[in-house]
Amino acid sequence: MNLALRDAFLSAAAALGLFLPMVGFVATNTDQGLVLTYRPIAVAVLVAMVFVGRLIAVSWRGRSARPQQPNAELAARFAAAGKYLTPLLLVMALLLPLSGSRYYVDLGTLVLTYIMLGWGLNIVVGLAGLLDLGYVAFYAVGAYSYALLAESFGLGFWTCLPLAGILAAFAGLLLGFPVLRLRGDYLAIVTLAFGEIIRVVLINWVSLTHGPNGISGVPRPTLFGLSFSMDGGEGTVAGFFDIEPETIQRVVFLYYVIFGLALLTNWVTLRLRRLPLGRAWEALREDEVACRSLGIDVTNTKLTAFAIGAMFGGFAGAFFATRQAFVSPESFTFIESATVLAIVVLGGLGSQLGVALAALAMVGGLELLRELLTEIAEQMGSPIFAGLAGELPTYRMLIFGIALVVVMVLRPRGLVSGRTPTATLPARA
Amino acid sequence: MSALLSLSGVTAYYGAIQALRGVDLVVNEGEIVTLIGANGAGKSTLMMTVCGNPRARDGRIVYGGQDITDLPTHAIMRRRIAQAPEGRRIFGRMTVYENLLMGAEVSGQTDVPALLEQVFALFPRLKERLTQRGGTLSGGEQQMLAIGRALMSRPRLLLLDEPSLGLAPLVVKLIFGAIRELNRTSGLTVLLVEQNAYQALRLAHRGYVLVNGAITMAGSGAELLARPEIRAAYLEGSSHSA
Repeated sequence: MNLALRDAFLSAAAALGLFLPMVGFVATNTDQGLVLTYRPIAVAVLVAMVFVGRLIAVSWRGRSARPQQPNAELAARFAAAGKYLTPLLLVMALLLPLSGSRYYVDLGTLVLTYIMLGWGLNIVVGLAGLLDLGYVAFYAVGAYSYALLAESFGLGFWTCLPLAGILAAFAGLLLGFPVLRLRGDYLAIVTLAFGEIIRVVLINWVSLTHGPNGISGVPRPTLFGLSFSMDGGEGTVAGFFDIEPETIQRVVFLYYVIFGLALLTNWVTLRLRRLPLGRAWEALREDEVACRSLGIDVTNTKLTAFAIGAMFGGFAGAFFATRQAFVSPESFTFIESATVLAIVVLGGLGSQLGVALAALAMVGGLELLRELLTEIAEQMGSPIFAGLAGELPTYRMLIFGIALVVVMVLRPRGLVSGRTPTATLPARA
Repeated sequence: MSALLSLSGVTAYYGAIQALRGVDLVVNEGEIVTLIGANGAGKSTLMMTVCGNPRARDGRIVYGGQDITDLPTHAIMRRRIAQAPEGRRIFGRMTVYENLLMGAEVSGQTDVPALLEQVFALFPRLKERLTQRGGTLSGGEQQMLAIGRALMSRPRLLLLDEPSLGLAPLVVKLIFGAIRELNRTSGLTVLLVEQNAYQALRLAHRGYVLVNGAITMAGSGAELLARPEIRAAYLEGSSHSA
């Protein structure tokens, strides 16, 4: 008990140190300029919360004899839930546009984009075990490939989609060659640099990319040649089906496009895992020397992982460009790479379901939480909730950080850590 | 008997440090040859040099009548040379079955069931553990898996690097018994690197002694076992452990 008290005091002291400058001091804009005001009570409440929380956590953990037990139980429960969760999520994703809410469909599109990026990166990081901190580079290559091809040659989305994938895969090979001999931290640094190089090139190669101004007017995708234009005339979806043209039609169409692309990514990954190539990726993650000793061509195996992972990043990038109808280097900063990597790690390296859940929580969850708080604030007329909802985006990173720490403490190998074998012995007669 | 593997004047370096000093060694078809020596003598280096990592700086390595000195590692390993590397190096998160498959797939073996049966006949324990993750196996089982994985490529030459390392005497006996069995029934050629000199020399047809990167003695297993200097250097205190 004494130990728990001491621990709680230490945590409270750390909390005091952290929260005093962050929460305790507020700079407010008044007539006399910036004025520093203080919030001692808010700090006291936070520190007290940490103290009590830590006390409870420590004494609770002390009581349970085997701290590993709940983890194993949790894992089993996750495995059981996974069987039902996957089809449930699929059906929900399929039916989402029926809600008719543009807000939800837009949010769903965003989440699916991140799921697709997560699945693409999962090939490189989760399966092949190559830590890639510059995945956004391939996203950018895909997006700019489409934007530039459309601008220069007037090509449509469906023509450019495979081209964007190929160009991104090529960029993957380009990155792959110099980093073949690197591992772990060193690989991470070089990939990080690669991501930045691509962004800097996009900013500075003004004659090609229009620099920081970006490229606008990227064409929208068409449905078998029918556009989603608002005039409703000949050659538009609305005109063809003889319905009122509405923006929601295009939004829903985009949603199903990314849904299909994400499913394609998942399907290809699952197939590859069961093939010798996919198994070689996983073997590479486990032990490179053993792979060599078995005669696996480590060079080719690594390059294919980079190229295929990059290809899906490129697909997602082309989709991003067509959805936004605008690309600029600003969209491809390191924070995007970090978010996608966090999704993969949180979800559990190599787990497809885990990545989907993590993307749902990290991208969709926060947005929904903000929405919920706003809703509550409106109904209760409570300024506290309104304030919370308004400030939530500011604390986005803090919430991400806390979530990451909590998940890593409870489930160090990610949400879904169990690995499905890629092959089982066929039943023999 | 014809030579399956022969090394002549092979030297190898780790950076500036010379690890092998002109090694001559022959492994004949159907033989078990052991390489014994103290820690750091270059035993594992010799085995790795055969696999092209590190590459031999001077000298020639000829396997099955072909010069393999300058081939890349994966190309060497696809010529039906299989290695159970030092420290076993099995794929920890993959199942036993997947581990075995890795051995067969790379070399393009199609008759996986028959190969599996062969491995199970040798190590029945692996059959029981088939769906378990490799990392959950005991040390001895992992060694069995490493050898089994190597055998799945249907090798002509099996390279074994310290298979007895860290294993209980009974398990060592089992594994050495399996090697002898393989050699006797299928005529598999084996190059065995061992610290456990007594056991290795009893098992092998011929042996080489490696000191500071050079071969100092060679002869049949029984011959080497009888030599007083071998007894003094490598067998003191260990001859009773068998």
